[in-house]
Amino acid sequence: MVYIIRRLMQAVFLALVMSFLVFAGIFSVGDPVAILIDPEATQAERVRLVAQLGLDRPFHEQYFIFLGNVLQGDFGNSFVYNRPALELILERMPATLELAFASIVIAVVLGIPLGVYAGLRHGSVGSKTIMAGSILGFSVPNFWQAIMLILIFAVILGWLPVSGRGEVGQFMGIHSSLFTLNGLKHMALPAINLAIGHLALVIRLARSGTREVRAQDYIRFARAKGLSEKRIVMVHLLRNILIPIVTLVGMSFGGLIAFAVVTESIFAWPGMGKLIIDSIHLLDRPVVVAYLIVIVMIFIILNLLVDLLYSLIDPRIRLDEVRQ
Amino acid sequence: MSLLSIDNLQTHFFTSAGVVKAVDGVSYSVDRGEVLAVVGESGSGKSVTGLSVMGLIEPPGRIAGGSIRFDGKEIANLPQAQMRKLRGARIAMIFQDPMMTLNPVLRVETQMIETIKAHRSMSWNKAWAHCRDALGRVGIPSPDERMRAYPHQFSGGMRQRVAIAIALLNKPDLIIADEPTTALDVTIQAQILHLMQQLVEEDGTGLVWITHDLSVVAGFADRVAVMYAGEIVEQATTDGLITAPRHPYSRGLIGSVPSRNVRGTRLAQIPGGPPPPLNRPDGCRFAPRCTFRKQGCEAAQEIRDDVRCWRVADLPALEEVSA
Repeated sequence: MVYIIRRLMQAVFLALVMSFLVFAGIFSVGDPVAILIDPEATQAERVRLVAQLGLDRPFHEQYFIFLGNVLQGDFGNSFVYNRPALELILERMPATLELAFASIVIAVVLGIPLGVYAGLRHGSVGSKTIMAGSILGFSVPNFWQAIMLILIFAVILGWLPVSGRGEVGQFMGIHSSLFTLNGLKHMALPAINLAIGHLALVIRLARSGTREVRAQDYIRFARAKGLSEKRIVMVHLLRNILIPIVTLVGMSFGGLIAFAVVTESIFAWPGMGKLIIDSIHLLDRPVVVAYLIVIVMIFIILNLLVDLLYSLIDPRIRLDEVRQ
Repeated sequence: MSLLSIDNLQTHFFTSAGVVKAVDGVSYSVDRGEVLAVVGESGSGKSVTGLSVMGLIEPPGRIAGGSIRFDGKEIANLPQAQMRKLRGARIAMIFQDPMMTLNPVLRVETQMIETIKAHRSMSWNKAWAHCRDALGRVGIPSPDERMRAYPHQFSGGMRQRVAIAIALLNKPDLIIADEPTTALDVTIQAQILHLMQQLVEEDGTGLVWITHDLSVVAGFADRVAVMYAGEIVEQATTDGLITAPRHPYSRGLIGSVPSRNVRGTRLAQIPGGPPPPLNRPDGCRFAPRCTFRKQGCEAAQEIRDDVRCWRVADLPALEEVSA
């Protein structure tokens, strides 16, 4: 409990530092007025608008006004859409979350068995094939891979749609395109595109973990007890290779949510990545700042979950000993 | 008929550098209720012999020749599925480092119950009670609570007790103990030795006790086999070996036990080191280090009277040598 409270306090501090950095960064990049205001506007209109947005005040005043509003849950209105920034972001979040979730599931569900196989059958043709594939997997540039996927599966074979999100279904009150066939078809290519790099990493981690663990005495002792190979792999080996994989998945998941920009752009996926790129172009300060703070919070929560998972997987790890 | 009889066992590792004959023509046997100590330095092949019996030799190693008969049945190179049924049920093994033999992420109860369930169908509750009793039997205090614990919550000696309890769960006929006391403190060593002695006596289990520590052997083993460079150089009763070792290597080993040396003098030692496994002498493998070496030793490979030394009859008595 003490541990969780301490972590949450760290989180608040981190969010504060982050908000300052982002705010200062965007402040120094450029003047939103130039983009926001009609070039034909009169000087009087300009001055009025600048005053209305508070852009005439010095930097520190702007920052503290912003901070005060944030503490009340108000991240300000988007300069472009003239709607609350947080609302814009939360609106786009489900699409990004489901995409990130789908790619992590693909990476883990395929990656662990392939990696464990490659580790157990080290030196075999199958193992070498998997490892060569994994090198390819994280070497190929993401955008090129996305275009190739579209070319092969959407254009030539015509199996899957080129872009967009497709139908959104509802299940237990959650709206997601995971719940309709059409939605899944639309999601397949972008999810696979995001998954491939992480899949390659999961394979490599699972393989190196397997090779390390299977040489351990406790695996030999498990054999000496007459356990079946299946039980040795599924119970004795698997749990011992999970820690690095959980770390990777936690970090990847955050990365997928925050930086799926390229994939979202190529597949015209209406997620947060697309929103943030547009906002940066337009210097839509409230949206960018709110977005980055949301992302920081997501990373903090994911890290906390990863730490909690550690202690579930490995009883030797106690939370109060885990340090960042 | 012996419970376990190994005859001319060859276990080789086929590495890219060449064939390592880790076990090269080893023969020994163990009866029910008998304790055989297999003594030798690191790399002499004593552990590999034990693992061969268990069918736990992994590639690039394999049993290249010879026979292992267990309870009258040939088990060398038995298919893994049949070997699995023997392992943990009729032949159990205990390993050296108790810190490493228990899976760190599984509760003791899980690791015990699965050992029963791998061989017999038994309800979880019944298996649990059985395992708890087994923990109690090896002297673990409050076994009911300890069943739920994880290995890291036990000390080294207690973990070895857990490993022993697991080995005994299915009442095996034979236990192969691979240096089970080496990693423990001397006082704990004595406790574990005493425990093992008592348990195998109660159950009439055959025990192969692999060790490099001669002081552990005395008063515990019935017979001793001394291994050197993949071969057994001498087999004798424990008393026989300790009071009158015959092979020059055994003499060297016994001679270097600190308690046999006179206080204040340098400890006796065997000069040199064992030959590299890829490049062993053709004849007597101990010849390059042997104080009794003579012309002809380099070619001799015969066993005379349970001793792998062609001149054993000519060697001076031990007392004359150390005097």
